Parts: sequence; structure tokens; C-alpha cells
Amino acid sequence: MSGATDHLPRLLALVPWIVSHPDTPVGDVAQQFGVTEEQIRKDLDLLFVCGLPGYGPGDLMEVVYDGDRVSMSNADTISRPLRLAPDEALALIAALRALLGTPGLVETGAVDRALAKLEAAAGGHVDGAELAVAADEPVAPAVVESVRAATVAGRRVRMRYWVPARDEATDRDVDPIRVFTSGGAVYLVGWDRSVDDVRTFRLDRALAVEVLDVAAEVPAEARERGPDDRVFTPSADDRLITVELSDRARWVADYYPCESVRESPGGGLVVTMRARDDAWVRRLALALAGIARVVEPADLAAAARDAARSALGAYAPYAEQD
Amino acid sequence: MRTVSTRRTERLLNLVICLLASRSYLTAERIREIVPGYDETPSDEAFKRAFERDKEDLRDLGIPLETGTNSAFDDEPGYRIARGDYALPPLTFAPDEAAAVGLAARMWTTAAMGAAATRALRKLEAAGVEMVALPDGLQPRVEATGAAFPALAAAVHEGRVVTFDYRTGASTGEPARRTVEPWGLVVRRGRWYLVGHDRDRAATRVFRLSRIVGTPRATGGAGAVTRPADLDLTGAVASYDAEAPSATATVRIRAGRGLGLRRMATDTTPAGDGWDAVRIPFGDAERLADQVLPYGDDAVVVEPAEAVDAVVFRLRALAETLGAGRAGA
Repeated sequence: MSGATDHLPRLLALVPWIVSHPDTPVGDVAQQFGVTEEQIRKDLDLLFVCGLPGYGPGDLMEVVYDGDRVSMSNADTISRPLRLAPDEALALIAALRALLGTPGLVETGAVDRALAKLEAAAGGHVDGAELAVAADEPVAPAVVESVRAATVAGRRVRMRYWVPARDEATDRDVDPIRVFTSGGAVYLVGWDRSVDDVRTFRLDRALAVEVLDVAAEVPAEARERGPDDRVFTPSADDRLITVELSDRARWVADYYPCESVRESPGGGLVVTMRARDDAWVRRLALALAGIARVVEPADLAAAARDAARSALGAYAPYAEQD
Repeated sequence: MRTVSTRRTERLLNLVICLLASRSYLTAERIREIVPGYDETPSDEAFKRAFERDKEDLRDLGIPLETGTNSAFDDEPGYRIARGDYALPPLTFAPDEAAAVGLAARMWTTAAMGAAATRALRKLEAAGVEMVALPDGLQPRVEATGAAFPALAAAVHEGRVVTFDYRTGASTGEPARRTVEPWGLVVRRGRWYLVGHDRDRAATRVFRLSRIVGTPRATGGAGAVTRPADLDLTGAVASYDAEAPSATATVRIRAGRGLGLRRMATDTTPAGDGWDAVRIPFGDAERLADQVLPYGDDAVVVEPAEAVDAVVFRLRALAETLGAGRAGA
């Protein structure tokens, strides 16, 4: 697109927006439109000299500043916004459909009603039948709904939470900071009172959630920490492990943060990553038995083999002997 | 100092206002006289070129430019824009609907889609929708899809065949060219998938959008793709992700352990000596093995034999790995 065809749609949206939001600080307008304040001022300078044929004082659009606040008048011809462009309608309709895939995070009825209105306004540019949503999230909607409500209301939650690396359930009181979704899972970031630190919880591992009648108390410094959507942030202190992945285990490189990824003959990969703890490595090695191998460090590789031998012992009564 | 691009924007804006304000069709010659900017074109030829380009740009932007004559006696066609076709109709959203739309607009992790959502919100506000302040702390996200999402959505809508480069497996895999008749897009667990007919493989295939490299290209004409009448988009993606359960395994799990497996269970009974017998539905023995293996000797598949074999085969492979050599495939 040329400069002009990029620019014109913004102007055609800017005019009706300012007409319907008179007396708005220019900085706020800039923020709403995702451009700099300087750009909005340039836009307004341009609008100033446009209008109806004749282009006399009564024909041109009027831009009125009150200090830093701006209003517009004499812009009746373009005081209504242009219809939604296909990509604009798509961006909202597709995202609303995606929201339906996480029951509990929003009120489904409201999403359905909003979708119906937007699809009507899109005038056939977007067809709901072409965008489907599979609402088979592994998280119980009631769990998400409780945690969402507690987060919005600033209340403490008591959670029975399963820790896969240790395969045990723990009880903890958490003061919610934020709920986010990533890779289809719903997460709660909160101040974990049992460790007095910020922790991230995957809600499909929450076995039970109770919203307590206690106000959440999150230390200011914890709340101010930047949004950290990563589930596991490797630290330089964690042990570095080398894992050889066969072609069937390549997904591991997609799934876990790796320090290095290298192709190996036969379609596999060799990756290095930071281990959370030894139990986590043992569990990973068992999960990938036969399709990947921990190469280093040697003690963790040996521990994985021992775990496999021990499990094989447990199978002795059930497996065919050879 | 006004740049060439700014002058052109001014001309286009004045043209839109002029055509919206006029009830009758305006001929090109009349437009040349009254819309500022065209007087800068040095010749008839230059004016024609500039005006053709402007008309094309307005149509590309979705501005409904009409062509017609005011009476049967006019030989020259004229132009106008019907306000009713141009403007977004007035809209009212209840506060909970506006909140849902606001939250949806924040979901994109792809800049182009996020920007399109923001533009849409500003238009909705200008059409009378009152957006509401969103609660802090809610951040739903959909997986980034690069340029693939809008391109594929358009191809599905227009019924055009697409070609794209697709990675299988991890990010370093070599992409392969695919030619697909696109049927629909599905969002499942925060990820976008394309369902369609893969022409090279002559079969229905599911593609994850984040694995498409670059921008898919639509080829051939619109309406070339026919969606099957019995198409089940979400079903196709679900079966791509996991085999539907077709059998049930019995797994012995140590009491208090194997919580992940217990959550998949249809039935749990105490089996004595600190063990439980848990019934777990499964479709594919390999996938069941994937789920049981991480628990080591805390979870033991008892039956059926194919599931036991799948786990034992892989445990042996791990138990027999040496300090050197390749991982088995």
C-alpha cells in the first residue's frame, strides 16, 4: 500500500471518532489509534484544509483546540465511520470465537451476542461457518471462572494443585495477580503465600479451587514486575542437559525453551536445555523413553536408565517374557 | 512542507467527501474542476491516469464507488458514493458485550491482526459503541500466526486454492510446499488450524498455522473450492490432535500418585497393598504409553496386552541405552 492508501483509512476513522468523542486530549487520541501524538497533529492539520467543494470557511472541516484537547465540527459528510474492512471484521470475529474456546474466562452469552452483531455488521465479509472453535479445553470451566472472579475482585484463592514433576498434590493460598492463556492452557500468576514469591499455576492442574473471603495482598514490587507469560523461566544456575531427540521427539524443541538446537542425521535433533531439577529430568527421560535420550550429564542419564529398569521390574507379572 | 503523499491523501479525502455529498453522479470532468489537487495534473492524459488510480484505491479500501448517469440523455458516466452503503450502521452493545469485544481485541499476538482489531474498535466507537474499561489481570492470547491467518481466511472465504510452505515437527525442519483446497479455520486450545483437501496427498489434512512459513498464496479463481456438505471442522482437528478413545486400559497406580492419569480415569477401585486399579479410555496404545511412561514404577499398565507391550518396549529401549550411540526411532 502506498502512503496515501494507508493514511486515508485512518483519517476516515479519525474524523467520526473525534466527532463522537469531543474534547479529548490529543495524547489520548494518539494512544487510541496506536500512532504518535505528532502524527495525530499532522493528521489534524491535513483535515483542517479538507471539506466540501467550494472549500470556503463554511465548507472546510473545523478542528478546534481547547488547550491540549481537540474537537471537530462541520464534518457531517464523513461523520460516520466507513464499514468494517474484511481484515478488521475478521480480527474481532475470529478472536471472539477463540474466546469461546476458554469457557469460564468470559460470559459465553455475551460473546455470542457480540458475535451476532458483528457478523451482521460485517455484511458477509466473514462467515462464521468458516471459523470454527473447538471448546474442548482440558480445564474445568468452573475452575477458570472461580480464578477469574477472584482475580477481578482481588480475593485470595485456596488451591489444591498438582505438581507433575513430583507427582504430588499440594495445598496453597494464592493472591492472584493475572490470568493469561498460552498454548491453549489457562494460567494464574499470583503471590504464593507458602513460598512468599510469585508463582505461575497451570489451571488444568488445579484439582480444587476455593475463593476465600480474604482480600488478596500482593506486594507492590511483585505486581509491578513485567508481564511474564513464560511458564518456566530457565535460570543460568539450572543444570544444562543435552538430549538427543529422534524424529518422533522433535516436538520437544518446540515445547521447551532450548539453549541450542542442532539437526542430527536421521531427522532428529540434539538440544541443550536448562533442567528445573533432577526429578523433572527423570520424568522427561521416562516420557521420551525409546524416542529420545539424555546424553549429559552422565549421572542424570544413569538415573533415567535406573528408573526404566525399576519400572520394567514392576511389569514383570504383566508383560510377556522373552 | 507538504509531501507528495500528503497532497495525494488530501485529494483522495476531498474526493470522498465530494462524492458522498453529491446526490447526483459527477462526471470525471466535473470532478476535475471542483476537487482540489486534480488541477495540478499537467495534461488530460495525466488527469485520466491520476483519476483512474484514485478510483482503484478507493475501491481497494472498500469504499463503495457507484458509476451511473443522471438521465438517459447523458452519454458520460458519472460517480458518487451512497452514504447508506458507505457507513457502518449505528450499533449498540450491552456493557458485557462490549467487554467481550474489548477482551477479544487484545488476544492477537500477531501485530497485523492486533492492529486490524484496534482499527475495528475505533470504528465501533465512532458508530456509537461505548467500550468499557476492562478488568486488570485478564490476558487471553491466541498463538501467533504471522501473515498466514488473514491470507487463509480470505482464501477460505473466496473458495480459492492456496499454496504454502509447511514445516512438520520442530522449528528447524525443512519446510515442504503444499497445495490445499481450504475448507475452514479452527481454533483449538489457543492454536489455529487450517482444515482442507491436500491435493498432493489427495486426502483431508489439518495444518497448524504457526508452522506455515511466509504468506500463503491464493492461486486460481474464486469459487474453485467446494466444501463437503458433511464437513466437521472441529472433529477433523480433534482427530488430528488425538485419536478418539476406542478401548479402555486398566492401570495400577500407587495410592496418592499418578494424579495426571487419575484425572483421565473413568473408574478407580482400590487394588490392595497401597495400589489402585484405574480404568483409562485410550485410542492409540502409543499415546497411552506417552501418558503412562512419565510415572515410572508408580503406574503399571495391566491390560490390554497391546498397551502393556507399547510401554514395555519403550522402557526396554531406555533401560538399554548406553553412554554413547543413537536414540532409537
